[in-house]
Amino acid sequence: MRRVRLAHPADLEGFRHALRALVAEGTPPAEVLWETGPQEALPLAEAPGLADAPPLAVPRRFAELAEAVVCHSDPARFALLHEAALRLRADRRLLEDRADPLADRLLALEKAVGRDIHKMRAFVRFRELADPEGPHFVAWFEPEHHILRANCGFFIRRFANHRWTILTPEASAHWDGARLHILPGATKADAPGEDPLEALWTGYYRSIFNPARLKVAAMAGEMPKKYWKNLPEAAAIPGLVAAASARTAEMLEAGQPADLAGLAAAAARCTRCPLHGPASRTVFGEGPADARLMLVGEQPGDQEDLEGRPFVGPAGQLLDLCLAEAGIDRARAYVTNAVKHFRFVATGRRRLHQSPDASHIEACRWWLDQELALVRPALVVMLGASAGRALLGRPVTVGRERGRELGLPGGWRGFLTVHPSFLLRIENPEAAAAERARFVADLRAAQALAQARAA
Amino acid sequence: MPALSLREKLEILADAAKYDASCASSGTSRRTALGGRGMGSTEGMGICHSYAPDGRCISLLKILLTNFCQYDCAFCINRRSSSVRRARFTVDEVVRLTLGFYARNYIEGLFLSSGIIRSPDYTMEELVRVARTLREEHDFRGYIHLKTIPDASPELVREAGLYADRLSINIELPSAESLRALAPEKDAGRIEGSMAVLGERIAEARDASRRFAHAPRFAPAGQSTQMIVGADAADDLAILATADGLYRRHAMRRVYYSAYSPIPDASASLPPSPPPLAREHRLYQADWMLRFYGFTLQEIAAAAPGGRLPLEHDPKLAWALRHRDRFPVDVNRAPRELLLRVPGLGPKVVGRILLSRRHRTLRWADLARLVASPAKVKPFVTTPDWRPTALLDTADPLAPPPRQLSLFG
Repeated sequence: MRRVRLAHPADLEGFRHALRALVAEGTPPAEVLWETGPQEALPLAEAPGLADAPPLAVPRRFAELAEAVVCHSDPARFALLHEAALRLRADRRLLEDRADPLADRLLALEKAVGRDIHKMRAFVRFRELADPEGPHFVAWFEPEHHILRANCGFFIRRFANHRWTILTPEASAHWDGARLHILPGATKADAPGEDPLEALWTGYYRSIFNPARLKVAAMAGEMPKKYWKNLPEAAAIPGLVAAASARTAEMLEAGQPADLAGLAAAAARCTRCPLHGPASRTVFGEGPADARLMLVGEQPGDQEDLEGRPFVGPAGQLLDLCLAEAGIDRARAYVTNAVKHFRFVATGRRRLHQSPDASHIEACRWWLDQELALVRPALVVMLGASAGRALLGRPVTVGRERGRELGLPGGWRGFLTVHPSFLLRIENPEAAAAERARFVADLRAAQALAQARAA
Repeated sequence: MPALSLREKLEILADAAKYDASCASSGTSRRTALGGRGMGSTEGMGICHSYAPDGRCISLLKILLTNFCQYDCAFCINRRSSSVRRARFTVDEVVRLTLGFYARNYIEGLFLSSGIIRSPDYTMEELVRVARTLREEHDFRGYIHLKTIPDASPELVREAGLYADRLSINIELPSAESLRALAPEKDAGRIEGSMAVLGERIAEARDASRRFAHAPRFAPAGQSTQMIVGADAADDLAILATADGLYRRHAMRRVYYSAYSPIPDASASLPPSPPPLAREHRLYQADWMLRFYGFTLQEIAAAAPGGRLPLEHDPKLAWALRHRDRFPVDVNRAPRELLLRVPGLGPKVVGRILLSRRHRTLRWADLARLVASPAKVKPFVTTPDWRPTALLDTADPLAPPPRQLSLFG
């Protein structure tokens, strides 16, 4: 057995020298034991124990191939190159023949090294080190093969005019602005922990992503997961993937979420108007998906906002009573609001209701349209002017249009009446009783219309 | 309105730029930072520094200078009538972002576009100012792609070409009629006119640089354009015919096809549907057939009944299934042109076959080692030990297996 020691794992000079000697003395590849020193070591002037031999005549393609293959982490790389060098003496075109198993294996090693070199150029991320002497950028990277030395040229050509350091587990490279130094390996803790620009970069990464075209496999093919831990932007990936389908649902005007539960889940993340900020949650509609009657109010109030269900506050309790009087089972109707977030002004400890603007109604209309498309009610009862505005698409006066069937855009049938909170605000008891009777009569008429249309 | 932070501006203006598909940073002249004051290098092959979960590469800082716009193009998120949040970068902000990202090795360079503000010339002047500052003040030698405003004055375009590696003007839609309907302020004639000017300049500069070492450069990475797919009724053949014309007339480096993405607040005049990603993919494949496989438009038409490329398999396979008389091909004898027509064999593999067969007669196992998916190639080739007999005659050898229909679906 012949022991050959190379200075470092990718020591091309040492390998060349040894190969010449081994070929000259006729040692078969199986008889050679290759050993390598640490990567930061300087190349030795000559391989110890091997005599100088005349240069080996090999095709240029072999020299190119060897330059890459010595960087591979496969321990068999030197033996494979040795074997190819021997076979090349008889068959100069061995490396052109991809169908030969030895050529194929070596070319595959070369390709893997090329890929690793390329990925290092792509995925090294520098962080700036606070340094009074001027800019100094430091990166931590974990290559798969022994490519650090081979890759330094690229980073010098690109960043020749400032100082940088690339730390890897095996060795480190430091450019001082004029010369390159290869130093011992390091750990991740030796690199700076953060950089102020990373927040901007991650923000850019999130924004350039188009959620309508989710292709996670394509991404992971080009940017394998093993690199993610050292890429600042990769922390954003899981969140982006999880949110993408919901975001697309919002973006797709005609994209029909399959059911009301899916729709409600999507609406819970809605940011279509600024109301989502101060409100505590989205209050989505509720009721059976095959309801014949749909009741649409204005917006959730204080109590609805806290409980997350529509019409559970004072106005909701009054509505329940009036519905019962009119002979309508609330459990069989679909109850929702024109605007799904509570709009209020905070005064002291109380949150005072504020009517939604036309822009809020317009922004939320998308959800109402989806609810209509899924429930397909025979009649939509619009409670108050905001609901009327949402469904009719124009300002309405309740007193003028209440109590009769109205055609809605989209072919739906509608029916306008007052909002129950209007009844709560009337102070004169007689007037309140009269208005309440009128409201119940409206509800009864609506129920009759819905039954007639459904029949 | 409260002033937006740099991060908010970046998010708004990157979001607005993502509908531009191109992120290429390849094919420009070779440069390094050695001997300069700044940083930056280009080495022929571009580098994708990251990938977004949409599978697309992130090579450049792709942003708009502003998404305020005077135009009202129905397919564009930044149209005048859209309700998106608006923002505007200063020239200095873009320069600092580009240099900061570049120094940390996040990007290969800058892709800068803009909505039209004040006038086409004013907008173009701002874009050029960013490129000029990067190149002259900071000696930045990385990649710059500038979107060119079709109606800007020729002097500004000339200056843009001096600083930029690539210039592009989007053709937007395959026909002048659709452009008139969906982008009323744009004009197909003017767009093509500007492309022609760019094409001539690029060719002139390339000639000059062959003869004089110090000839002024002009967009050494050439020009590209983008067409939106699925926003109008144009079929695949019409799109490819337009692309083919652009490649021939204006020495276009690339035509990008962008499946129309539903955008928040989409205009009512557009079809509301998910982006036709499969269609976009087939168009790219057909585009490759035109450019690298020696197919003509007429041949592709033969594989696209009714003007539509089949979605279920790639256009090359579709062509082969309609021309079974040409197959199987003898791998050991067929010329390059014929090998290139075999589904599953690309220019690279064909090159390897031609090299390998000088040394040996390729048997099936040898061929299987060379190609990426042997199963795809198998029905269309012969080797001394392999002959597809019945495979080619079945109705569709690569169709998915039949599925039992449900009685109660």
